[in-house]
Amino acid sequence: MRFFLHRSMQALLLLFGASLLAFLFSTLAPGNYFDEMRLNPQISSGTVAALRAQHQLNGSLPIRYVRWMNSVAHGEMGFSFAYNSPVAPLLWVRARNTLLLTTTATLIAWLLALPLGIWSATHAGKLPDRALTWTTAGLLATPDLVLALGFLILAVRTGWFPTGGIVSLGYDSLSLLQKTRDVAAHMILPVATLVFSALPILIRHIRAAVVEQLDAPFLRVAAAHGLSRRTLLYRYALRAAANPLISLFGFSVGAFLSGSLIVEVVMSWPGLGPLLIEAILARDLYVVIGGVLFSTVFLIGGNFLADILLYWADPRIRSGAPST
Amino acid sequence: MNRRLMRWVLALASLHLLILCAGFFAPNDPEEQDRERPYAAPAKIHFVDSHGHSRLRPFVYPLRLQAGSFDQFEEDRSTAVPLRFLVAGPRYRLLGFIPCRLHLFGSDGTRLYILGSDAYGRDLFSRILYGGQISLLAGLLGAAITLFVGATIGALAGYYGGWRDAALMRVAELFVALPWLYLLLALRAFLPLSVSPLEAFFLVVIVIGAVGWARPARMVRGVVLSAKERDFVRVARGFGATDRYLLFRHILPQTSSVLLTQAALLVPQFVLAEMTLSFLGLGVPEPVPSWGNLLAGLQQYSVLISFWWMYLPALAVVPFFLGYLGLASALQQSGGAARIEDRGVA
Repeated sequence: MRFFLHRSMQALLLLFGASLLAFLFSTLAPGNYFDEMRLNPQISSGTVAALRAQHQLNGSLPIRYVRWMNSVAHGEMGFSFAYNSPVAPLLWVRARNTLLLTTTATLIAWLLALPLGIWSATHAGKLPDRALTWTTAGLLATPDLVLALGFLILAVRTGWFPTGGIVSLGYDSLSLLQKTRDVAAHMILPVATLVFSALPILIRHIRAAVVEQLDAPFLRVAAAHGLSRRTLLYRYALRAAANPLISLFGFSVGAFLSGSLIVEVVMSWPGLGPLLIEAILARDLYVVIGGVLFSTVFLIGGNFLADILLYWADPRIRSGAPST
Repeated sequence: MNRRLMRWVLALASLHLLILCAGFFAPNDPEEQDRERPYAAPAKIHFVDSHGHSRLRPFVYPLRLQAGSFDQFEEDRSTAVPLRFLVAGPRYRLLGFIPCRLHLFGSDGTRLYILGSDAYGRDLFSRILYGGQISLLAGLLGAAITLFVGATIGALAGYYGGWRDAALMRVAELFVALPWLYLLLALRAFLPLSVSPLEAFFLVVIVIGAVGWARPARMVRGVVLSAKERDFVRVARGFGATDRYLLFRHILPQTSSVLLTQAALLVPQFVLAEMTLSFLGLGVPEPVPSWGNLLAGLQQYSVLISFWWMYLPALAVVPFFLGYLGLASALQQSGGAARIEDRGVA
């Protein structure tokens, strides 16, 4: 219990730090949404000043921060100037789509990477392992932007997959089953991009962790005692290798988040990514801050999940003091 | 230096030489437009002419508009334009300062589009080469800034310890915990949007450099922590060496392998960051080419469906990234501490 309390406190502190940092950056801003508005001849300077006052942009940094915290407490997270609505509801819809994309991609990537990594580790040094290593090196050198654009061109030229957006036209008239299929079809391309960009990193980590354990003295002794390869691998090596892999799982959530931003923009998936870019271009301050914080929450959530899994999997953590 | 490391260094050096001497390898000026030839397909290089005779020297046919069309080109088979090597062409400055007209290859009389042309009839191949100068330089400078900041902070935290260490490392944890692409964009968001290409370039470099310092700082701190307790360092301290002397003479040299490996991992990451920013329109603007803004055209559906060669700039980065990854793993094998898989996570 103390372990979880400690971890939650850490997560909260991190979030607090992140929000402070985002606000600090915002003071660097040489302009804001209303400065752009001032250039518009149809809007009088009085209106702009009134809007500034209404949105309370005039206070000093600490005051604005406290005001913003207050609005977070009310579940609003500030006000979007461009959308003329509180930020939180805007973000929720987008965050749901991003989560849908990243959780699916995480699951598929791990389901593929685990058997491949383990297989590669048990066949270390042989031809198929070397082939896989080269393949992963090639994929590792292909950034997600390049992959995403490549898949998009493929899809557009062949017409095999729907491109862009999350649903087809006339989505509302479909039955529930058809709706699910429609969304799934739209997910193929972005999910494939995310999976392919994460796969090499995961496979390499899994391979390294399993190889390390297979080489460990306790397993050599066990092998000398005549335990079968299957028992060695599944009963002992994998269990011992699980620890770093669970941490990796937590990290991979963050990797998927960073990757999904660009994939969402390229494939026009209505997630946090496109919203953030639009907000940046429009200088929609609170949406930017909110978007960064939402992604931080996901990231911290992923690490927290990994911590819980670790706690469950590793007796050393359960009995000992919380390691940092 | 072992042989494996040597091989990767050589491969990377030749790739960078290609980009450094872009003017020599590119047949055209990257910013020169030809409004009559927008989206010309990659030129076909022929060896057999229209009469069926094969020629020793490869040649291309000039393009002309198809009859009754205003954007479709066809080859004009009446005149063959031979390709020549080491020809005089448009003026450029080799390495940025030597005025020069010599190009590796080209053709007299017609502009050569070996990888096609873009919306303004600019030569894509030349733009890829020149774009590499911007993107790679951004990556290298960004990595240099990050490593300098990271090493300074890491060394100070590790060497002095105490509250300085605690405070610096808390901030570093914060930076590591934030999703870095989002952080990059947020930082960019609050800087001026419409600026000249040169200012934009330095903005991008500084933003990239400022975001990534935490990871190298933590690694350097780790090395410094163990390095300052090594016997020869303690002996030197016992003889009355100053902090400054100890740091620069004995401790920092021990961090070199970590820093080198980090550099090999950071450069591709930062090149990609520049590409991403420029692709999104937040980086180096037109008409200056960069690997990112060359791809920006692909955001239009019409380009995507009809002009596949506009995707080619994306593939240019792959050999470079492969080279840097190979270099990182070779460095790590020859004694670096960082693991190659550290790239990409978090």
